[in-house]
Amino acid sequence: MKRDARVAFETTWVVVPLFNEATVIQDVLTDLLGTFANVVCVDDGSTDDSAEIAFRAGAHVVRHPINLGQGAALRTGLDFALQDKRAEYFVTFDSDGQHDVDDAAGMAREIKIRDHDVLIGSRFLDGRTKPGWLKVLILKLAVRFESLMSGVRLTDAHNGLRVLNRHAAECITIEQNRMAHASEIVSEIGRNKLSYSEFPVHVRYTEYSRAKGQSMWNSINILSDLFLK
Amino acid sequence: MDSQILIKTLLIVAFVLLSAFMVMPGNGTRRTAIRRIMVVMFGLGAIVAIAVPDLLSYVSGVLGVGRGTDLILYGLVVVVIANVMSSVRRNRQLEREMTKLARNVAIDRANRDSPIR
Repeated sequence: MKRDARVAFETTWVVVPLFNEATVIQDVLTDLLGTFANVVCVDDGSTDDSAEIAFRAGAHVVRHPINLGQGAALRTGLDFALQDKRAEYFVTFDSDGQHDVDDAAGMAREIKIRDHDVLIGSRFLDGRTKPGWLKVLILKLAVRFESLMSGVRLTDAHNGLRVLNRHAAECITIEQNRMAHASEIVSEIGRNKLSYSEFPVHVRYTEYSRAKGQSMWNSINILSDLFLK
Repeated sequence: MDSQILIKTLLIVAFVLLSAFMVMPGNGTRRTAIRRIMVVMFGLGAIVAIAVPDLLSYVSGVLGVGRGTDLILYGLVVVVIANVMSSVRRNRQLEREMTKLARNVAIDRANRDSPIR
């Protein structure tokens, strides 16, 4: 069955931005490669052996010579995968183990059925994800802000799990190198008039992802990154 | 209070323009030209102020600022902030260019080491 999945997803690429995740990246990639044949890790100048581990796990590895940020890594991964002329769909997947491979597979199937340009994961469409109240508050504020700025209506913000079709992967500009890229992608959906919808996904908050995850202070940095040209 | 309305307006307009300059997209040529015009005007202003110090006091009086030195201080604050803002902008631009460069290097190396079959 797993082998069938890999064949079924032959024209799908998974892009995993990677920065100092040596402790979890092996498991994340083993999981992903069980379902998806094409996985590219963009190592964003890790100082541990994340990149070697990723390479040994069987992923394609693109290494930024210097640290540029997650947004830059995503764009690099998309550019790399777009070189494959048969590639039709592009999944973005976080490297810290917070996403579910089954969700990614479900989304990769669903985008074909819905025939949308972009499918975005949302942790608020079912009861599986249990974020803290402060996180809910900030994410909801971010959703309001993004829909105000872009006209794109979503229920979740800054969810790293997305699927883009080839057209979307080609036309979405990511110039926000750091974390503001998530908002930038939403505004790019609006600007390029891409069709989009959401898909319920589970975000696992482990001790590890909580420790590594974004501090709430970062929402301030994201805002200023978005406004200054 | 009313005697200071001119200088207040002037300074507020200066900061509004600076802020607009920060959030508006624009092309590099025009921006560079504007920056150079400002530098030349600044230089000319400095020469005039040195040659005819009384003029500075006179202008301060008209604007409602007490002394010429105060006017210079206000001008200095505007110039310093403008300078900080334009270097922030320039840094962002450089970062964008460097990102493209680094991306090309990364993809070229990957194509050599683990190419797509």
